[in-house]
Amino acid sequence: MSHQSTYTPGNAFSRWMDERLPVMRLVNDSFVDYPVPKNLNYWWTFGAVLSFCLAVQIVTGIVLAMHYVPTTELAFASVEHIMRDVNYGWLIRYVHSNGASMFFIAVYIHMFRGLYYGSYKAPREVLWILGVLIYLLMMATAFFGYVLPWGQMSFWGATVITNLFGAIPLVGEALRTWLWGDFAVGDPTLNRFFSLHYLFPFLIAGVVVLHIWALHVTGQNNPAGIEVKDPKKDTVAFTPYATMKDAFGLAIFMILFSYFVFFNPNALGEPDNYIVADPLVTPAHIVPEWYLLPFYAILRAVPDKLGGVVLMFGAIAILFVLPWLDTSKVRSARFRPLFKQFFWIFVVACIGLGYCGGQSPDKILIAVGDGGFDVTDLSRILTIYYFAHFLILFPLLGLIEKPKPLPESIAASVLGSEPAKS
Amino acid sequence: MAQTHAVEPTRRDFLYVATGSFAAVGAAFAVWPLIDQMNPDASVLALASIEVDISSIPEGQESTFKWRGKPVFIRHRTDAEIAAAEADDAAALPDPESDSARLRPGPSGELEKKWLVVIGVCTHLGCVPLSYRGEYDGYFCPCHGSVYDTSGRIRKGPAPTNLEVPPYEFVSDSRILIG
Repeated sequence: MSHQSTYTPGNAFSRWMDERLPVMRLVNDSFVDYPVPKNLNYWWTFGAVLSFCLAVQIVTGIVLAMHYVPTTELAFASVEHIMRDVNYGWLIRYVHSNGASMFFIAVYIHMFRGLYYGSYKAPREVLWILGVLIYLLMMATAFFGYVLPWGQMSFWGATVITNLFGAIPLVGEALRTWLWGDFAVGDPTLNRFFSLHYLFPFLIAGVVVLHIWALHVTGQNNPAGIEVKDPKKDTVAFTPYATMKDAFGLAIFMILFSYFVFFNPNALGEPDNYIVADPLVTPAHIVPEWYLLPFYAILRAVPDKLGGVVLMFGAIAILFVLPWLDTSKVRSARFRPLFKQFFWIFVVACIGLGYCGGQSPDKILIAVGDGGFDVTDLSRILTIYYFAHFLILFPLLGLIEKPKPLPESIAASVLGSEPAKS
Repeated sequence: MAQTHAVEPTRRDFLYVATGSFAAVGAAFAVWPLIDQMNPDASVLALASIEVDISSIPEGQESTFKWRGKPVFIRHRTDAEIAAAEADDAAALPDPESDSARLRPGPSGELEKKWLVVIGVCTHLGCVPLSYRGEYDGYFCPCHGSVYDTSGRIRKGPAPTNLEVPPYEFVSDSRILIG
């Protein structure tokens, strides 16, 4: 659906500019006259919400870096200094720390949207892969950021995650020491994590540009999952239609954001992170931030160190090849009765893995005699389902499922089977 | 431009390839300092050894010292603990190692069976295990449930190897040098 430029410079200056650097043309063609399918629902507003989140994190982060000190001596104290002494420091830090959680809420909705409506299928494979790459960069950035306050969870989270790389045969230990710059997580580690935490958001911004570029080449998918046939009937202009819809979605999202920042700023964090890091004492129960819990559950579900690490990274890596695992030509789950049911089972499995990741692995869920069915058992079942969903159901459903009839066009899906009289 | 027959490589082709290869090797050399700067630096390596006084640790107790940023457990083992560790030499161990192989000789040249020195870092994912806990009264890691015996050997759980024994030697009956 790549479309022809519709930009006409309005005055002498913009004509002069257009012949030298057509930046106004780019903006017009990308965000004003750009045609979007007219049946987009509110699940499509999360792209704008995510752009907002990235901007908020970068702006608040740059400001926080003006007050933060990345040394093991002073990091914890400098964060408390931000909270108590710096003008509006509490607000900026709470926006930044809750902003990370909001960013992940939005990205998970955005990804599940893509899964439900088949947005990863041809011709949008590269668009999807770039998205998974952004997600991976986001997790790395969030991890680096979580280490910076140098609380107990920061320190032990960093220790556990960097130790994952120690599981790699042969080079693992050298790689781990190289990451640390020391023989344990210490000053060099904190300092480089700060440097990388500042760098990565700009890498994300770079990949976001490619993501949007790829989006504007193929055009948006839509709830009906069918391509635009007649741009006049099937699409509306990005501005004002999508712009206003995105703005409204964003306003609702900001209410949720504000609730956490102003009324419950520590709800999504761990109390142990308000204890300064102690390399000699591990907290009784270490957990990552909520958005990484499902992967943590997968890691713990495997009784073998290397196996656990491989499966955990595999759970993300598998997303890169989704477009080629799904054998169905029909994109939207609306017209795939079986896929739709399994989609919701998958959502439940992911939430279940998140629950397992937050619990002690030997917690008994259903008592049977002395032992019973514990969290580890549940994690194992859900881990198997997670992989089976992609590796078995994705190829299989496309072959056995009988999809419902697709609407003739986007316009027809909006207005019913009768074509609109105009 | 499309040529259907193979052309003999010329001296110019050779120069192009040679120049390109030389530039690639040069670039690789230039990258190395940027990678190696992340490895432990001279000041970190300078702190690589400590000497500790063990005379204040009573039998049946343990002290923790910090070495290279990590805890080192020095345990003054009781006769029962030594006996349990030796008896398990023959047990099915995930990472087989005899108790005596994990100990060091004292100044007299005799094996100091009373002193167990291990790095207090779980070999799974790096948490600090709790002492005198777990099924074998050795160590128990609270993070993912690995259980070690009174010789610091892995017995149960996800950890792949025994607790690491740091390089150390007895300087005198009451002092050891770690590192």
